[in-house]
Amino acid sequence: MSINWFKYSSPQTFFPLAGKLALGFGVLALLACGVGLYLGFFVAPTDAQQGEAYRIIFIHVPAAWMSMFLYLVLAFWAGLGLAFNTRLSGMMASAIAPTGALFTFLALWTGSLWGKPTWGTWWVWDARLTSELILLFLYFGFMALQAAIDDPRRADKAGAVLALVGVVNIPIIYFSVKWWNTLHQGASVSLTKAPTMAATMLTGMTVMAFGFWFYSIAAALMRARCIMLERERASEWVADYARGSA
Amino acid sequence: MNWGGPENFLAMGGYALYVWGSYLVTLGLVIAEIVLLALRKRRALARLRLRGTAAQGDR
Repeated sequence: MSINWFKYSSPQTFFPLAGKLALGFGVLALLACGVGLYLGFFVAPTDAQQGEAYRIIFIHVPAAWMSMFLYLVLAFWAGLGLAFNTRLSGMMASAIAPTGALFTFLALWTGSLWGKPTWGTWWVWDARLTSELILLFLYFGFMALQAAIDDPRRADKAGAVLALVGVVNIPIIYFSVKWWNTLHQGASVSLTKAPTMAATMLTGMTVMAFGFWFYSIAAALMRARCIMLERERASEWVADYARGSA
Repeated sequence: MNWGGPENFLAMGGYALYVWGSYLVTLGLVIAEIVLLALRKRRALARLRLRGTAAQGDR
């Protein structure tokens, strides 16, 4: 059996699929976050050093992972749009940006609330925190640039260049705790060595990360559908859809 | 993990401000994003229907 991947590369055919996927991933996100929060609050034990303050980890780390991962996905779609000039790619990049900015803000916010009781400060200009703040400004810059250009195709192109240049910041964030002497701790979870945390804590955090991931997919697809309705407003299928949903 | 009562759970071992401050802001922003997305779609559809009626009036 062969799948025609290009079938869904046009907004008209992708629109209904995106709606179904958004609903499915939304339900999955709710389930995963429910299980993750149960593990995080009722199964994982109290931390020997940080007491209950460490429970911020169940949103802080997944939010920080998503902030970086979503930027890479955004840049992937932006690059694809730049290379192949496909309409949907730019829409997907635009659809991801606000959700990416949301998770970047949450990583900074929860990190600040975690830093106060454990480090004694809300904020410090160390490499990890500063590069994550730059990521937030990259998301804002991408959205502001796109909003400032009226022609969507030109807005996509300009945004794509910005997004691709900004990719350099992602390895800087990830390796900042190795390359520089940071107040922020090094990675407790990495691909190359065993995690340095209790198994139930790690499981709760991983399940929450999946929950945030599914949520991001659902939110981005919902936004992509809005963008399709806005940008393709002159087309027949959009008019039909608007009439049908009246 | 046995909290031994809801008051202990809410107190979070003295870290209530930090823990709940993180979770409530996260929940609030996620709900806000979903509401904004629903409003955006509704606005787009309302504008499309307006276009549709205008187009019929031209005929």
